[in-house]
Amino acid sequence: MANFVSSIRFSDPYFSVLLMLGIGVGMAVAFVLLSQALGPKRYDRVKYSVYECGVDPFTTASVRIPVKFYLIALLFILFDLESAFIYPWAVLFRQLGWFGFIEMGIFILILLAGLIYAWKKGALEWQ
Amino acid sequence: MSPIPIDAAALLTGLRCILPEILVVATAIFVLFVDLMIPEENKRILCGISLIGVVISLFSVFLLGPARISGFSGAVVHDGLGAFFEIVILAACALTLLMATGYSEWEGTHKGEFYSLLLLSTSGMMFMAKGTDLMTVFLGLETLSIPIYVLVGFHRHRMSSIEGALKYFLLGAFASGFFLYGVALMYAATGTTKIPALAAMLLDARLAANPVFLAGVGLLLVGLAFKVSLVPFHMWTPDAYEGAPTVVTAFMSAAVKAAAFAALIRVLLLTFGGLQPVMWKVLWALSVLTMTVGNLSALLQDNVKRMLAYSSIAHAGYVLVGLVSGDFLGGQAALFYLLVYAFMNIGAFGVVILIAQKEDEGYDIRNLAGIGFKYPALGAFLTLFLVSLGGIPPTAGFVGKFYLFSAAVKNGYIWLAVLGVLNSAASIYYYLRLVVYMYMVPAEGEMPVPRPSRLAFSAALFASGAAVLLLGIFPGSALDLAARSVLSLLM
Repeated sequence: MANFVSSIRFSDPYFSVLLMLGIGVGMAVAFVLLSQALGPKRYDRVKYSVYECGVDPFTTASVRIPVKFYLIALLFILFDLESAFIYPWAVLFRQLGWFGFIEMGIFILILLAGLIYAWKKGALEWQ
Repeated sequence: MSPIPIDAAALLTGLRCILPEILVVATAIFVLFVDLMIPEENKRILCGISLIGVVISLFSVFLLGPARISGFSGAVVHDGLGAFFEIVILAACALTLLMATGYSEWEGTHKGEFYSLLLLSTSGMMFMAKGTDLMTVFLGLETLSIPIYVLVGFHRHRMSSIEGALKYFLLGAFASGFFLYGVALMYAATGTTKIPALAAMLLDARLAANPVFLAGVGLLLVGLAFKVSLVPFHMWTPDAYEGAPTVVTAFMSAAVKAAAFAALIRVLLLTFGGLQPVMWKVLWALSVLTMTVGNLSALLQDNVKRMLAYSSIAHAGYVLVGLVSGDFLGGQAALFYLLVYAFMNIGAFGVVILIAQKEDEGYDIRNLAGIGFKYPALGAFLTLFLVSLGGIPPTAGFVGKFYLFSAAVKNGYIWLAVLGVLNSAASIYYYLRLVVYMYMVPAEGEMPVPRPSRLAFSAALFASGAAVLLLGIFPGSALDLAARSVLSLLM
């Protein structure tokens, strides 16, 4: 530990990161403590209600959600990630040329295989 | 903006380097589509197709040979070590496939997904064995793990299977996190994730004393130790191994272990000079702890599958004995042992599948009573595999253990070898206990009738049995191969 402290130098390019970390944590802690120390404390019925503003809840929040959503959500993640990969490729499309085109083609074909599989297995039907 | 020049030759070299993996992945996707076309009762074809794909991939490993081919800017390399582990992993996959059709028909879980998941997991293992960049190793680890989580829970109407899968998944996800965080810290300390570059940097002794780097190495070790189930990261093993379909258990215990050890061996042997003086105490303690806890827990088990799970923990400890010294001799012994272990463990699980009529109920040790004389072939095979697991000559298990412990002795770790031998002696008790049940305990009441073996299943048992005997009596060429594989890594 002593080694670590003595190894810190102001000229280090990462010193600003350490500084920012310290200030960030310090500010967060300080605000919580300050509001605790300085804030007015009035505890009445309104303060203790579920929400100080808004509509009172009228059912319990724990509802059973059909498991089918899970499948749809998984498929969504799959194709969402696909598009996330395609964006940076599209930015560099001209520079990558035919090589990039073929690479992306293979990538999309493999994902397409997954889609066809899911379709054929009935994952897209809401039964 | 000018187009980025594409080096066609480098690209082709890269593709050649991962040819066996490409073949396995292509087979997996092909199997997935064939599964859509064929009717429910013809699923056996899928096993045949997968097997053909695995054999072609194995053939391509032989064609590529032990020559060093580095691809994708040094992210993947095909060298002796990679080829050796590809042989181990593909052989384990082939044996599992041979046993899988029969098993799935008996258990009524014949599904096409089984084969593609198995193949995808195999491809991940192969990448893990060949990755020279820690990121490639991580990708391999994930590609390996995710299909295995699904396969463990493949009996989806059986509580034990789901329980095992959930435990394995939750703990496995944590372990992957540990691994990745370790890589991140190592990157923070060195600025690279390439294993050879790390090894070169470790020549500077200051790096091996850097706390950030050491923390990274420790976390990396935790991630890999989880996959090979070293104590104290073994908690998931008995439950996952017991709950999983038995063919998957056999596959996991042999191939997943081999893949994770491949990554561990690559890291430990390449960073030998810099890291070993720091690491050996940790590895020594892990090894002794793993052997002892694994063997002592196995002594108490009455469920054969659970007993083999604990025994597989103990065997991970034996392999680690070879890695404590982190040198050529230990590496060679570890490689040879992993090869032998794949055959004897898959074989033992195979016989157990035949004897137990039903998952969940059939694995009690009392079911073995009287099997030996009534079904001599089954009894002989199980005895052979158990004797080999216990390390008694003339089987391959003996040769493997002999080389592991003698490597420890030659490097001056006398106590480690002594503890290893003591553990090995204790393990003989619970292996031979099964043999005693088979031959000397009379059956009470009605004797269970083993499943009638199929041609493919018998072929898998014969192949494993022959490998255990041949590697035990003529270990020379396999030991040479292991030696050359380790040398190709160090050069």
